[in-house]
Amino acid sequence: MIVFGLEGTAWNLSAALVDEREVLYEKSATYTPAKGGIHPREASQHHAEHMARVVGDVIAYARENDLQMDAVAFSQGPGLGPCLRTVATAARALSLKLEVPLLGVNHCVAHIEVGKWRSGSTDPAVIYVSGANTQVLALRQGRYRIFGETLDISIGNAIDKFARTVGLSHPGGPKVEELAGKARRYIPLPYTVKGMDLSFSGLSTAATEAAKSHDLADVCYSLQETAFAMLVEVTERAMAHAEKKEAMLVGGVGANKRLGEMLDIMCRERGARFFLPERKYMGDNGSMIAHTGLIMFKSGIRTPLAKSCVRPGFRTDDVEVTWGPTNS
Amino acid sequence: MEIGRGAEAAITLYEGTVKKYRMAKSYRQAELDQHIRQERTLREAKITSEARKHGVPTPIIRDISRFELEMEYVSGAKIKDVITPELSERVGEMVGRLHRGGIVHGDLTTSNMILQGDRIYLIDFGLSYYESSVEAQGVDVHVYFQTLHSTHDRAEELVEAFKAGYSRTAPAPEAVLKRVDEIKARGRYL
Repeated sequence: MIVFGLEGTAWNLSAALVDEREVLYEKSATYTPAKGGIHPREASQHHAEHMARVVGDVIAYARENDLQMDAVAFSQGPGLGPCLRTVATAARALSLKLEVPLLGVNHCVAHIEVGKWRSGSTDPAVIYVSGANTQVLALRQGRYRIFGETLDISIGNAIDKFARTVGLSHPGGPKVEELAGKARRYIPLPYTVKGMDLSFSGLSTAATEAAKSHDLADVCYSLQETAFAMLVEVTERAMAHAEKKEAMLVGGVGANKRLGEMLDIMCRERGARFFLPERKYMGDNGSMIAHTGLIMFKSGIRTPLAKSCVRPGFRTDDVEVTWGPTNS
Repeated sequence: MEIGRGAEAAITLYEGTVKKYRMAKSYRQAELDQHIRQERTLREAKITSEARKHGVPTPIIRDISRFELEMEYVSGAKIKDVITPELSERVGEMVGRLHRGGIVHGDLTTSNMILQGDRIYLIDFGLSYYESSVEAQGVDVHVYFQTLHSTHDRAEELVEAFKAGYSRTAPAPEAVLKRVDEIKARGRYL
């Protein structure tokens, strides 16, 4: 079967077609703010403006190749309200036009499922890091349970905020990573782990302060080392607690090479395996929504129009994983 | 004899004494690694003993070096494996006494509590600190509730039982339990 998927919770509008085996086609339009961070209304206007072209392009591909779509999946939440509404409206229209079922997909669950699909991990502790989320999750009794998460801002937000304040443009993550490679020394910064939970706002502020009197490269390095060490420590603890032998990194911040390296070392030292999906499936993308829609569809799930309203605060552990713990 | 290897330490038992060695983590920057291990070893020694003065059963600390502690062996079942609403209520009373003593544990999971006879011992004070704010106590309780939700069935029943026990002994139970609800709603994608 073939499922059309539409993502657009924040910065990336992306539509894709997948079948059971592979991603058939994907088309995206990325919103880049002129200055500062993501503005929800501007992002939704961006999505509305590019919707016809992005969706149209994928539909044209399906027609040219004689592909029949069996369902339309869309990211129902969590995300920015205005963006979610734009995406949901387009998805509903397409589902009615094609006369195929609609599937509301949880964005976080989609990151996990596409990661498992593309990397071959079967039962991982998942480290989900993005501009908006920082969570360590694992499947237990049919739901992705949150073992640890940030108590304030996300790791991506902490790095972006710092980058913006010291004059690096959005998105700041790759620039901080590049500068960190040129550092010569480590500057102690606040390391805040509470049980399996984390706090990044104090760290971001302290790094901004440190940048006033220290070399910027050294501060970028110390910020990364501190934030990632916190994350890896919590992951290791969650693996011990949940008795998981695999770890998998997903989400936009997962593109950072140093974070992947640290997780890999931690896993090898405890006899576990580390999985890193290809970079294009780490950040927000349409394929992850299409794939998750497909496995949901196959397990019998449908989202009636009346229940297709957007869910900006949609929790990962609200979703019952009816498609089982194994790789599909 | 090695009796356990947690995420951060190797635990060995020899003639009734437990040695807990905080291992180096090669994934993290060397200076940061040593700082974390040393600081937590010190904290654990100090606050494990301090907590007992406030009516919280803890193992007796026998020796300390830079990255290693020696302490009394507490045999028994982890609360993780035997939890009931009755036990969760007693955990609540115990945490309430700890908070009354101005101590925040920092890692209140059911793996860090041992049932020996009819006493519940609290261990693993490496993330503990002295603080009496509603926020710090709220995060402490939040960590415990999160463990219940991620690891145990009938979590709501266990949460309610904890609240009953905690409310009897804690210095500011109402404010803290209200703050726990607020903390739960933070850090979310909105």
